Amino acid sequence: MDSSASVDTHHEPHAHDAAHEHHELGFWRKYIFSTDHKVIGIQYLISGLIFLFFGFCLMMLMRWQLAYPGHELPVIGKWLPHIFGPESMPDGKMTPNFYNSLGAMHGTIMIFLGVVPIAFAAFGNFVVPLQIGAPDMAFPKVNMASYWAFFIGGSIMLISFFVPGGAAKGGWTSYTPLAAFDDTGPGRLVVFNGQTLWLIAFIFLITSSLLGAINFIPTIIQLRAKGLTWMRLPVFVWTEFVTAFLLLLAFPPLEAAIIMQLMDRVAHTSFFLPAGLVLNGAPVSISGGGSPLLWQHLFWFLGHPEVYVLVLPAFGIVAEILANNSRKPLWGYKAHVFAVLTIGFLSFIVWAHHMWLTGMGSGVSAFFQTTTILISVPSVIILSAFFISLWGGSIRFTVPMLFTIAFLPMFGIGGLTGIPLAFNSADLYLHDTYYVIAHFHYLVAPGTIFAIFGGIYYWFPKATGRKMNDFWGRVHFWPTLICMNAIFLPMFLQGMAGMHRRWYDGGQGWNVANDHTIWGLTGFEWNKPISWAAWIMGLAQIPFIINFFWSIKHGKKVNDNPWEATTLEWTAPSPPPHGNFVHTPVAYRGPYEYSLPGRDRDFTMQNEPVEPAERTRRKPPAESVLV
Amino acid sequence: MEIPYTVSTRPDTGLWNAKVGIWLFLASEVMLFGGLFSAYIFLRIDAPPGTWPRGVLNVPVGTFNTSILIISSVMVVLAWASLKMRRYRAYWWYMLGTILCGIVFLVIKLGYEWPLDYVHFGAYIKPEALGKYEQYLGNAYAAEKDLPPRLEITGHLHNQAALKDPNIKEYEVALDPLNAYPTNPEVDRPHFFPLPVTDKIAKIEKEDVERATMFLPTHSTYFASYFTITGLHGAHVLGGVLVFIYLWLPVSKRLYQSNPEHLANRVEVAGLFWHFVDLIWIFVFPLFYLL
Amino acid sequence: MNNPPDVSQDPKEFEEYAHGIRKHVRGYLMVGITLLVFTALTVALSYVNFGTHKANIAVAVLVAAFKAGLVAAIFMHLAAEKRLIYRILIFTGFFVLGLFWLTLFAWYDYPIFR
Repeated sequence: MDSSASVDTHHEPHAHDAAHEHHELGFWRKYIFSTDHKVIGIQYLISGLIFLFFGFCLMMLMRWQLAYPGHELPVIGKWLPHIFGPESMPDGKMTPNFYNSLGAMHGTIMIFLGVVPIAFAAFGNFVVPLQIGAPDMAFPKVNMASYWAFFIGGSIMLISFFVPGGAAKGGWTSYTPLAAFDDTGPGRLVVFNGQTLWLIAFIFLITSSLLGAINFIPTIIQLRAKGLTWMRLPVFVWTEFVTAFLLLLAFPPLEAAIIMQLMDRVAHTSFFLPAGLVLNGAPVSISGGGSPLLWQHLFWFLGHPEVYVLVLPAFGIVAEILANNSRKPLWGYKAHVFAVLTIGFLSFIVWAHHMWLTGMGSGVSAFFQTTTILISVPSVIILSAFFISLWGGSIRFTVPMLFTIAFLPMFGIGGLTGIPLAFNSADLYLHDTYYVIAHFHYLVAPGTIFAIFGGIYYWFPKATGRKMNDFWGRVHFWPTLICMNAIFLPMFLQGMAGMHRRWYDGGQGWNVANDHTIWGLTGFEWNKPISWAAWIMGLAQIPFIINFFWSIKHGKKVNDNPWEATTLEWTAPSPPPHGNFVHTPVAYRGPYEYSLPGRDRDFTMQNEPVEPAERTRRKPPAESVLV
Repeated sequence: MEIPYTVSTRPDTGLWNAKVGIWLFLASEVMLFGGLFSAYIFLRIDAPPGTWPRGVLNVPVGTFNTSILIISSVMVVLAWASLKMRRYRAYWWYMLGTILCGIVFLVIKLGYEWPLDYVHFGAYIKPEALGKYEQYLGNAYAAEKDLPPRLEITGHLHNQAALKDPNIKEYEVALDPLNAYPTNPEVDRPHFFPLPVTDKIAKIEKEDVERATMFLPTHSTYFASYFTITGLHGAHVLGGVLVFIYLWLPVSKRLYQSNPEHLANRVEVAGLFWHFVDLIWIFVFPLFYLL
Repeated sequence: MNNPPDVSQDPKEFEEYAHGIRKHVRGYLMVGITLLVFTALTVALSYVNFGTHKANIAVAVLVAAFKAGLVAAIFMHLAAEKRLIYRILIFTGFFVLGLFWLTLFAWYDYPIFR
């Protein structure tokens, strides 16, 4: 814990500065159109956080309508129509169309513009090359293209709020045939309408993800430092590696589906449209012969791996922080690795469990139920290994660790409540209720987003050379944790009472809700405490936002390895210069050598050579040949 | 630190970075076209009898275009081999040949084949009116010979205005041979050289027609997938041509002079992409033209 | 064949190496001709009646698969490639077949309309 730890980071900052003077680039090349993986990572992080907050704001608006349906939204209700158009909230009262837009865009933005860019791209870009001892990503220009494709996609998504009719309303799943006719007709433009822009934005986002994935995998395969064998990789690198494969192979079928839906909307084809459709009382002039089920298959072929795209990087971040703050090697490293690989593999063949209600036959159902239950096994292995890692550790309750520890039970709740949904018969009842909302939000919101917060607090010193404020970090953490649970726990109850997730009036018009109470409140009345919890949680993010930006300039200055961690990124200067490392790093040992017996410090970095005295104490594989 | 293994190979994988990258990219392309082809299979199996057109594309032109792509693939690989043997001049010529092949392919596809479809007309007859047009459809004959039912009358539309104008009550169509002589065994199966449109004109009343369009994506799921897949394939060809033009321009000669192996690697990567585009076409051709 | 070592400055070694490439060139030409022949073959076979239309589809897809295999094996050097690339492609192949098979399986197992 003493400050002398900095002495052991193998570099001399002054020698370094001189060597890189000739690399000085202008402002635009350095911070905007940069090819440096660290800058791109930070660009991803900041844009992702903005989108995350924006998506959260959309949800806070929805929560008003759910808690107080038909009431005028106080204060901001007056000027929202000036932003989102007169059709959105006339007199401060939300229209059903606008409510649908908010729902669809909340899902889309949170997943594709918030969590994936942060968890996969931001942390991946910033941390992975540093952790594997590489100077940059394998293809820096492709990396920049990836960010800018994301930026364009995100911008189109935002622009779609301001076209006639507003943003897409078809839900983040955009099921056909509804989505094929959404935002068409009188008063709607041909291309500049919500759903079409949603599709076009998606093409850019998919391109961005593909370019990212094509970059990550060769980086991890080709640019690992000398001695950094596969079984010495930090778990975060493993999870990014598998995530990249998921994006690489799962996104293209969705891209194909997006192109086909775009054709359905623009060229009036019938890929996803059966014959005999009637729209507003008139038969639609299309050839028919398409299949709405086809869209669902192609969508969920991405949709399910996408869930693991959200979750796996969170596992990685948690593994890093957990090992570091429990001062103990991560328990079951190999089990982790193989569990992550298994999840990656199985996630491709479980997708139809999102489609139980479409009426699949028993054979297919049996297949997908089996694989879905199978995939819970590796997830449980990982979570159990996390819990066991805590056992007997000398835990440091730092802010990143708080988020990480909170992640474990939250993710556990989310995962275990998913098991009933895996079974066809239980899902028939729970499908499309608030139960499902609660289930996957427990995985993603207090799950992945907590890991993201933890990761931000954890790697912030590496990116800036300064620590974020500890006190305000705690002020951020506790209300967030409490509100998260106040939001999502009651949703399980609402869902089991049968409340449908897409009701515009929050279930007010639903009679059963009024005479069946859960803990003294009806299903509809539960909306109020949930909404208040959501708004308070919004307030609880303010300390984080201020802390984040304030600490960039004014945070406490720290050395290169403030957490006394072992992985290679902490051997680089903070912030790392262009090219990252002063000396080419070499790895001599595994990633989590904490509390190694016979050492005077409780952490041993990966680039510390194995001492002769150590050799006799160690099992042979640990000093395997350098590759 | 510089990024390692951009040209030389990493000992444990035996590969340089871009080669891993391009193969991953191709893997994603396999999934992209896999999604489209799986949609094709799904739609085709799902199509009711008689709604999946056959023999409507020009096979000789398609065969020619297939050959063009194969030849261009050979030239790319020869260009790469020339670079490996350090014969820049030969490389330059092969590259030019590839680019020209790509352009010829695109011009034929977009400038000739697609427009040929736009001017063709098809009208699906309502089930209750099929008997009325038996002389053009020959469904009794088709049933006897175990051919798929014929629900559509195709040909060249003489009164184009009929598509838009609700006052015109009938379509005047110069019939395709199938509808002109439906009971002639000659037209049971598609022909290699497409038979020209006859001068026999049929008048089809609009109220008997379920749906009438030109051969556009909206005509049927067949044309929808045809235009989508060939359009996307065409976009890939265009992308490949642009990359080859870059590799052929004098910019690349400078790279050749400083690091010939680097240029050879780039050509190999671009070539792998090009072969893949060729490979996709090898499946597109029979699936849409012949079957 | 792929990734030849950095070409040696030694003219004799280079000559040997260039000779190896030249041998491949002949192979590439042969493959090109084979592909053209099979293109003609697939067109011709499509006008032969194999009994059912399904049989015709099977034949055409088989010929196409053979041609695609040639392109992949020779032009794309897959006949002798590094293990890593095979691994990537095995997974891709597995998942693309999974996509095909499972969507079709779901379709044929559809109790209401089939």
